[in-house]
Amino acid sequence: MPAIEDGPMIEARDVVKSFTVRGRAGGRRRARTTLRAVDGVSFTVGRGEFVGYLGPNGAGKSTTIKMLTGILTATSGGLRVCGLDPSRRRTALARRIGVVFGQRTTLWWDLPLRDSLTLVRRLYRVDAAAHRARLAELTALLELEPFLHTPVRQLSLGQRMRGDLAAALLHDPELLVLDEPTIGLDVVSKTTVRDFLERINRERGTTILLTTHDLGDIERLCRRVMIIDRGRLAYDGGLDELRRTVDADRTLVVELAAPAPPIALGEITAERVEGARQWLRIPREENAAALVAALAERHEIRDIALREAGIEEVLAGLYRGDHAYWCSGRPVAP
Amino acid sequence: MGVLPWVWWYGLRRHAAYPLGSLAESLTNTAFGFVRAYVLLALWHARPALGGYDAADAVTFCFLTQALIGPVQIFGGMDLTERIRNGDVAIDLHRPVGLQGWWLAEDLGRATGSLLLRAGPPLAAGALLFPFHWPGPAGLAAFAAAVALGALVSFALRYLVALGMFWLHDDRGLNAVTLVMSLFFSGMILPLVVFPRRLGDIALLLPWAAQLQVPADVFLGHRTGAGLLGALAFQAGWAAVLLAAGWLLTRAARRKLVIHGG
Repeated sequence: MPAIEDGPMIEARDVVKSFTVRGRAGGRRRARTTLRAVDGVSFTVGRGEFVGYLGPNGAGKSTTIKMLTGILTATSGGLRVCGLDPSRRRTALARRIGVVFGQRTTLWWDLPLRDSLTLVRRLYRVDAAAHRARLAELTALLELEPFLHTPVRQLSLGQRMRGDLAAALLHDPELLVLDEPTIGLDVVSKTTVRDFLERINRERGTTILLTTHDLGDIERLCRRVMIIDRGRLAYDGGLDELRRTVDADRTLVVELAAPAPPIALGEITAERVEGARQWLRIPREENAAALVAALAERHEIRDIALREAGIEEVLAGLYRGDHAYWCSGRPVAP
Repeated sequence: MGVLPWVWWYGLRRHAAYPLGSLAESLTNTAFGFVRAYVLLALWHARPALGGYDAADAVTFCFLTQALIGPVQIFGGMDLTERIRNGDVAIDLHRPVGLQGWWLAEDLGRATGSLLLRAGPPLAAGALLFPFHWPGPAGLAAFAAAVALGALVSFALRYLVALGMFWLHDDRGLNAVTLVMSLFFSGMILPLVVFPRRLGDIALLLPWAAQLQVPADVFLGHRTGAGLLGALAFQAGWAAVLLAAGWLLTRAARRKLVIHGG
């Protein structure tokens, strides 16, 4: 149906997922509490996008993913993936999307990797010739050949993850949902996985929704990020825009000609002193150039560097609930 | 051909992947078979023709049930329980195949592998060292059908217990209760034919009887003609009821699902 093919890949409108938790309320009484794991989240992901879905532990990321794949049913709100209602059309949807849960595996532990990949063909009813071609392509891209005939239990974590990625992509899904795919991987394996994801997004146009705590993944791969915090979408926009607009302080690192007492310029004082080197935190509203000029007048400076807050510090501030980080960005209205 | 026959084949291969472990388990079952056989021989020495069995029937029953411990997984349990506990069931629920069908195929593969790898030594020991009753070809065919149905009932019971994990946070209590029921009412501890009349009558109507007692009676030739058809229908009936219950419980679990562990 062209109307569906042309529509967005994911459309979430005011999606809520609540869980009822039972606990003791003193004595023998039991109390029921309703927790809103996802609390009115709305967003749209277009075809071919590569979107990072971030948030601290327990923010509602995995719950969202389980609703997107139809494993969990939303308590309220509207959700469409590939034009389908995930919980009602779970089976039809499963044939059109690929999912990798980084901490779990779809592979058969005791059998060679090759067998698990063969079963995927039966599971998704992929034509034999198409399967052969796709397996050859994925084997080359993910460098699976050396361990294709090794039982999965003997694979390293990086090899297993590459096997899981292949299993998720053998039926050529339109959408790939990744829940922490690089967790626990070494630098080389991470690079292989990232290169691969970048390539299938660019060359095959596969839409990718990536959940991760690894900011290297985000910086390398995602042009757009969505940040969820306590069940609510707190930010939805470009990564550069996020970095530019959040109200994060900068740090001025000054190396003086000789060790000196901590610098004090009005309200700005050195936070850290190591020999001749001092670190000064500069609030966003301060003019750094004026500050450097004032410093140069009073001290003999050998070297100076202004450090912008990295994405890690920006997110750490957000996750801590430090709303001073927000200014003119594009936080989503509650 | 759908994916389930392949899942059966993979289940078989997966459980046949550790032949030394299978051999060790099989030899243990054989050793315990000797212990049980001598206890039963002592009992039949004191009470010949007890419950309609003679001493050879009793010993055959003993080694046969020892051989079926693996195929019908009489001690309970299945991997699904742990997968629900640690959240790996999310993978199972994402597949475009029903949860019960997938696990049934895998479990029947496991049962077949277990029958091929673990049933031989206890049966050989019983047949070589004790008076033993072998059925004819027709009896063997009927026995094969009874074992297949017994494995179905066994799966359906264990699947229901595993699904309990969606509601309970710990399966130890449920497992302890079902283990006792399974051992006692299947004939594993004593053939159900020696139970006191009322208790024996009830035990023979319960689903656990379909796992060991009925296949053993078919093997021993105690169920023939209409009796055989009744026995197989009894097993098939329980399998249908329990699998239907599993189907309903799977739907209920999906509705109120909480995936553990993020």
